Amino acid sequence: MKSSIQGSYRVKEMFIKKFFVGLLPVMVFIILWESIAQLNLVPNYIFPAFSDVMLEFYHLIVSGILLANLLCSLSRVLVGFLLGSVAGIAVGIVMGSKDVIDKSFHPIFSLLYPIPVLGWAPLLMVWIGINDLLPVALIFLCSFFPVLYNTITGIKSVDREVIKAARILGASDRKILSSVVLPLAVPNIFTGLRLEAGMAWRVVIAAEMVAIPTGIGALMMRSESLLRMDVIIVCLMVLSVMCLSFERIFQVMENRITNGWR
Amino acid sequence: MPSIELKSVSNYVFSNLNMEIFDGELLVVLGPNGAGKTTLLNIIAGLAKYTGAVLFDGVPVDKTPVNERQIGYIFQNLALFPHLDVASNVGYSLMIKGKEEREIMQKVDELLQLTKIEHLKDRYPKNLSGGEKQRVALARALASSPKVLLLDEPFNSLDLGMCECLRKEIRQVQREMGITTVFVTHNLAHVAEMGDRVVALNKGKIWLMPPEMFKNDGDNGDRSHQDCLHCAIDCYCKHAH
Repeated sequence: MKSSIQGSYRVKEMFIKKFFVGLLPVMVFIILWESIAQLNLVPNYIFPAFSDVMLEFYHLIVSGILLANLLCSLSRVLVGFLLGSVAGIAVGIVMGSKDVIDKSFHPIFSLLYPIPVLGWAPLLMVWIGINDLLPVALIFLCSFFPVLYNTITGIKSVDREVIKAARILGASDRKILSSVVLPLAVPNIFTGLRLEAGMAWRVVIAAEMVAIPTGIGALMMRSESLLRMDVIIVCLMVLSVMCLSFERIFQVMENRITNGWR
Repeated sequence: MPSIELKSVSNYVFSNLNMEIFDGELLVVLGPNGAGKTTLLNIIAGLAKYTGAVLFDGVPVDKTPVNERQIGYIFQNLALFPHLDVASNVGYSLMIKGKEEREIMQKVDELLQLTKIEHLKDRYPKNLSGGEKQRVALARALASSPKVLLLDEPFNSLDLGMCECLRKEIRQVQREMGITTVFVTHNLAHVAEMGDRVVALNKGKIWLMPPEMFKNDGDNGDRSHQDCLHCAIDCYCKHAH
């Protein structure tokens, strides 16, 4: 009884320690930021105080502007990322498991993959116009290639002996793919998804800044023309939280799926 | 149980190889590294390309796909499924055949008991010792009720004590179940205790070895042969030739 109380006390102590070790630099950063801004060395509209940013954050939430723009960006990210990932995984599975198809399509994808996603923007603007589809198409491209390559790598890196073992135990090609190859490729696939989940947010902001009148990126561009640095900082904070949350979601999903065996 | 016949089998290792493995026997295949021991097993399993014929019970199986040859194979590196726990590893062959869960669990429990690893049921391969992994691989190979059991140097990574213990257990299980078994090794210590018959692979040819050659009694056993497998097989083959 005594030892279990001591144990739980120790866990609590460790948690508090960890929390403060992580939180302390953030607190110091905020205090420094607020102090420098309060010194008024730089005009407030160029370098707003943390308290002003938080106040604006509150106003943007209450007025619904932030949520409306966030939902626009979020829906574009979700649709583009979902389509890009599903397509990347599907094509990756086919290319990873069929050598002929891999060899046939590898040169094309190798040429297309290194093109920066925003490099496609002018072409897509002409092809599909400046509308909601543009950021979705850019996010699709941004997600598709990395997920494709990670899926192929994941499938190809599965131990050949394990595949032979499954075959000898009576599994057909399809069964081997679903019960051995894909589960073992999951960590690689999730690495691609995790990295691209954050990247999708970066791309949607860039697309909205360049061409689309709604979304977080557009809100930032409008704020820039009005010299509303506080709004821009709020948008950056939201963006940071969204990128981090998306990456974390995939991290948690990966850990859940591969829990125990990795 | 079938007898296995290899008739005029040729590939990049063998040329015109002929051999027969009798019903229910444990045949030890001996040979130095690179002699083609694993290739021989792969030919029987259908994993390696060859010309000629392989027959199970007099029926050619050359056109039979690997997954329909009803073979249990313990690989050198065991090749356990890292993403499945012990019970799922053992029950894999039954699961893919669409057996009922109750039936799978019952068979898995039986095999875990037979291989003395009931307590490891929920563990993943990464949390098992070498000997435990070996037992899981054996249980998994037996789960599909194979007609032929192929063992490819399964004791390589084990210490001597564990090796001896598993050797006896595999022999016992093999006798109890009467499965035709081919046991490949380059270790002479495994030969005397395990095999009903011993054959050696040397330079793409196969030689039937006299079992007394491997008796390690210190009096009439040839110690120099025990020390050097290469020499033992070379000497015998030259002599027999």
